[in-house]
Parts: sequence; C-alpha cells; structure tokens
Amino acid sequence: MSSSAIATAAAPGFERKLPPPASRAASTVEVFPAANVASLETRAAFHPHWQGLAAALAWGFMAAVTLAWPNQPAGFVEDWPYTTEFGIATGVVAAICAFLAFAASAHVRLLHRACAVFRHGAPWIIVSALLLALWEILTAKTGVLPPPFFAPPSSLIDAYANDYARLADSTWNSVKLLLEGVAWGAAIGFTVGVAIGWSRAVNYWVHPILRFLGPLPPTALLPIAFFFFPSSHAASVFLIALATGFPVAILSWSGVAGVNKAYYDVARTMGASEWFLIFRVAIPAALPQVFVGLFMGFGSSFVVLIVAEMMGVKSGLGWYLTWAQGYASYVNMYAALIVMTVIFSSLISLLFAVRDRVLVWQKGIVKW
Amino acid sequence: MVVAATAEKPRPEDIAPPAAAHGASRIRVERVSHGFDAPSGRLEVLEDVDLDVAPGEFVALLGPSGCGKSTLLRLVAGLEPASAGAIFQDDGPITRPDPSRIVVFQDPTLFPWRTVWDNVALGLQAQGILKQEKTRVNAALRKVGLEGFATSYPHQLSGGMAQRVALARALVNNPKLLILDEPLGKLDSLTRLEMQGELVSLWQKNGFSVLLVTHDVEEALFLAQRVVIFSPRPAKIITEITIDRPYPRHRDDPVLTGLRHEVLNQLGLGKSW
Repeated sequence: MSSSAIATAAAPGFERKLPPPASRAASTVEVFPAANVASLETRAAFHPHWQGLAAALAWGFMAAVTLAWPNQPAGFVEDWPYTTEFGIATGVVAAICAFLAFAASAHVRLLHRACAVFRHGAPWIIVSALLLALWEILTAKTGVLPPPFFAPPSSLIDAYANDYARLADSTWNSVKLLLEGVAWGAAIGFTVGVAIGWSRAVNYWVHPILRFLGPLPPTALLPIAFFFFPSSHAASVFLIALATGFPVAILSWSGVAGVNKAYYDVARTMGASEWFLIFRVAIPAALPQVFVGLFMGFGSSFVVLIVAEMMGVKSGLGWYLTWAQGYASYVNMYAALIVMTVIFSSLISLLFAVRDRVLVWQKGIVKW
Repeated sequence: MVVAATAEKPRPEDIAPPAAAHGASRIRVERVSHGFDAPSGRLEVLEDVDLDVAPGEFVALLGPSGCGKSTLLRLVAGLEPASAGAIFQDDGPITRPDPSRIVVFQDPTLFPWRTVWDNVALGLQAQGILKQEKTRVNAALRKVGLEGFATSYPHQLSGGMAQRVALARALVNNPKLLILDEPLGKLDSLTRLEMQGELVSLWQKNGFSVLLVTHDVEEALFLAQRVVIFSPRPAKIITEITIDRPYPRHRDDPVLTGLRHEVLNQLGLGKSW
C-alpha cells in the first residue's frame, strides 16, 4: 500500500517531460511525506527478527547437545570436567539471544543500541554456536577427534580454572616483553626512517646498512643474541625491537621521502624553520605510511616473541606452549593459544584505534 | 577608444593607489636570467627580465604556457636564487623566502592533516606568534567568507573553497606582496568569475602589491593595472600594457575588449580572434 502511494505521488513528476522548475520542486515535495508515512508505519509494527530468533535457537541447540548427549568415555580421560557448567553457560547465552531478538522485534527504545549491535552480529552468533557444537560433538560426544590431542571446548574451562595463575603470569610477562621490544623498535625505527628520508648524509650511510641487514629474519640471530646479551630478556627485547624496527624504518623513510614538495614551499614562504619543516610538515605527512610500518612491525614482533620464549626465556606464552607440550597437556595448550589470539588481536585493534584517532583527517580520503 | 601606450613603463603616480598602500612593497627585478641544468643540457628559462612593481600595484604576467613565468614568481618569492641579476624588495635584495611575500599556487596545497583553521594558522605558527595573534586567523577566514568551516578538513571542501582557504592562509601573514601563480586556473568558470571579483576587493581592502601569473587574458585585463607579456621560453618581456580603467571593472567594457584584441595580437593569436 505504501509503495503504491509513493508511485502515484511520483508519477505526475515523470509524466511532465519538461516541467517548470517550481512545479518540479512541488512534485518532489509530494514524494517525501508519502515515504515518511510508510517508514512510520513499519516502525510501529512488531516485525519478528528472524536472525535473532535463529541465534537463540542455535545456542539452545548447543546447550541441549552439551547437556543431553552423554560424553563418550575415551582412553585415560574418565570424564570431561565442566560439561554441565558449559551447558548451562550456553543455555544462558541462548536466553540472552532470545531476549534481544524479542527486543529487536518489538523495537524496544531503551535497548536500541544493544539491538543494533545484536542485529549486526546475529549471523556470526549463529555460526559460532554451530561451530562450537560441531567441536563439542567431534570431541567429547563421539570421540572422532581423540584425546589427548583434541579436547572439547568445555574442558578449556578446566584449564583456565586450574592453571590460571601460571597462565596469567605467562601472559603478563609476554605482554611486558613484547611492549618493551616494540616500543624500542618503533621509536628507533621511526627516528632512523625519518632521518634517512630527510638527510642526504644519513641516507648515504644508513640506507645501505638497512637494505643489507634488514631482510635477515631476526629469529636467525637468536642463538647469537642469546650469547651476546647478558640475559635472555635483553636478547629477546633486542630481537623484537629489530623485527619491529625494520618495517617501521623503511616505511617512515618512504613516507618522508614521498611528501609533496609543494608543502615545503608553502611552509618556507611563510617563514618555517628546518625544525618546523620536519616536525610540522614531513612527519605529519608521512604518518599514514608510518602506521603501515607499525602494523607490519607488530606482526613480525609476535613471531619473534613466541620463538624467543620457546627457545630461551623462562616465562611467557611461548614458554607455556612448550611446557604444556612437555606434559602432553594439550588442553592447556589450546587455552594458551586462545589467550594468545585474544592478546595479539587486541593489540592490533588498539593500534587501529590509535591510528583512527591520530589520522582522523584521512576519513573520507582513504577507505579503511 | 583609449588604448594605453605599449612598451612604456607606467609611472606609479598614473596608477590609482588602492585604499591603504602603506603595507605594500616595491619589487624590482633587475636583469634577471635563470636556467636549469637538465640531462639534455642547459635549459634557459628567463632572459634578461626587467620588471618594476610599484607599492600597491596589481601586475599580471601573461605568456605562453611553460615560458617561465612561474619560475620568475619562485625567484621573487625567494624559493630559488636567480642565476644572474638581482631582485629587490623595497631596498633589500631577496635572498630567501619571507612571510612578507606570500605565494598562492594553482593547487591549494592545503595540508590535509590540518583543519581549515589550522591551515590558515600555518604562517603564524611557523613564525612562532600564533598564541598572541590568534584573532588574525579568524579575521582571515572572515575575509574569505569561510568562518563557518574552521573545523572542516580540506577534503571536505570544494575546489573554490579550498582555494579561498589558501588565500586566507596567505592573507593572515599580512603580506606586502601577494604572488599568485594561476590561483584560479583549476576552478570551474563560474567560481573563477566570482573569485576574480573577490580578489579585486581583497586587494583594494588590504593594499598589498600583487604579481599574478595567468593564462586567461580576460582575467588579466579584469584584475590588473598593468599586463606584462612574455615571449616563449626563454622568457623575455615583449611588451607591457597599462590598463587605466577604474574598479570595479565590467567585463563588457569596450576598452577592455579592445585591449584583449591587442594582447592576443602580442601573443601571436590575433588571427584566432
């Protein structure tokens, strides 16, 4: 009904081939009230949010599988712990989904924001429930993927509940080591890159060294670094800094070298000093590139961190992985891998957030 | 029909001085030649150029594209030293850039990471006087009618608005000489006509001297008190034409139409008219 109203309102405008400007304006004015009425009507109605209901159903299914289907007794594991608790937790998620789906269907004003997020995420919420259910079925329920190499998602709760102290300590040490190395690497890499981009003399001397040594994987230096440095901590910081610093330096350099020369002309005619040209023109103009370097540097720093911890450092998530493997405690390994994923992706998200703040002017220029 | 005598240096007293000429510089270009070392050999760009700009005068430079007019502007701005000859501002030789001589380029070259306000503030910040002189930034934005866009970023502006911001960024420095390198060259024709009028009123209100490079004969005749015509590269001055018409000018002024014919003749385009 509403669409036909729009059509009839719009039709007169199309019929007249060459209407005078005033009447054309009048006909477009007619169109908008009709459209507004239509949207008001739909807002008032109860519109079932099917995806949200499906999400509630999927998590309900997950809870039913966990609770109703008995675990397969497998090998030396007498029974997987925390199965009931896991089932209850998934049931709670299902209930929350059902509530939000109802709120989204009835357009509850108070939950407007939460509903918007829920609507956007609904497909992922459905898929993750189904994947978790598949995982639980293949491990605990049927034993297709056998212990000890595979563990059901419910058993991860066990690993976190019983070994949280060691895991938290390892996580803390990893983050500390990583940030220390990345901070040094980013600071030195940025300074070196800007210096190469700005000064011919620095470019002449440092650029070849960077080109020659840069491509060497920092992990290849691991044995030497552990030998030269007083502690394995210092060696790891050095290697992480190296891994971060190289891409940051290269991209800071190319960023500074690529600055539009007209910017310098503009600033110079207005009385800018050399200091001003570097810090107020070259560096801000190069920052988008610097951030690309930081993203790359962050990525390779994760590799070096884990390898260094596996090889020599006596704490941290990399060390935890080898330790868990030594005890054939694969549940703990999965638990550590999940922590690692969360930490690293959070760090990258943090960098994205920083970039969005610093480079807010790029919005609308670059697609990101 | 009053066609001004050609090839004759105008006496400053012939030219109606704009409202406040106290903040204007005299520019003397004395026997300046300039060239670049290109891979294919030496490229001569300017040859023996003599030019005098009276304080507060509006002078347009016309010539075939690529002839070296923009190079002359860079020399006057102090961005490059001339190969031979000398350029004086009032009585001192020009050796390096100075905020009393500001260039507005064909591209607005606004800094994309700065808001409109911060772009306009650039000169004051570079000179280290922004804190004391903040009001000048707002005043400059008001002059170009963009005070409502202070917090916008350059990519949110239209071409005409961006070029207005570039003008405000120049004006905030209270220049004694405004150097305009085809400032309206990339704008659409309606915006260009509008901004030609604005340039005249800005010049009349502020009283600086203006050196304008343009390819648009009508623009030169509409804006300038004197048009200097250059030969193809290496650029030499062929002739000068004084335009003794009052402001605001009218585009259909028969005197300007006559002058247009003459200028095109001098540029070797008389037949195409």
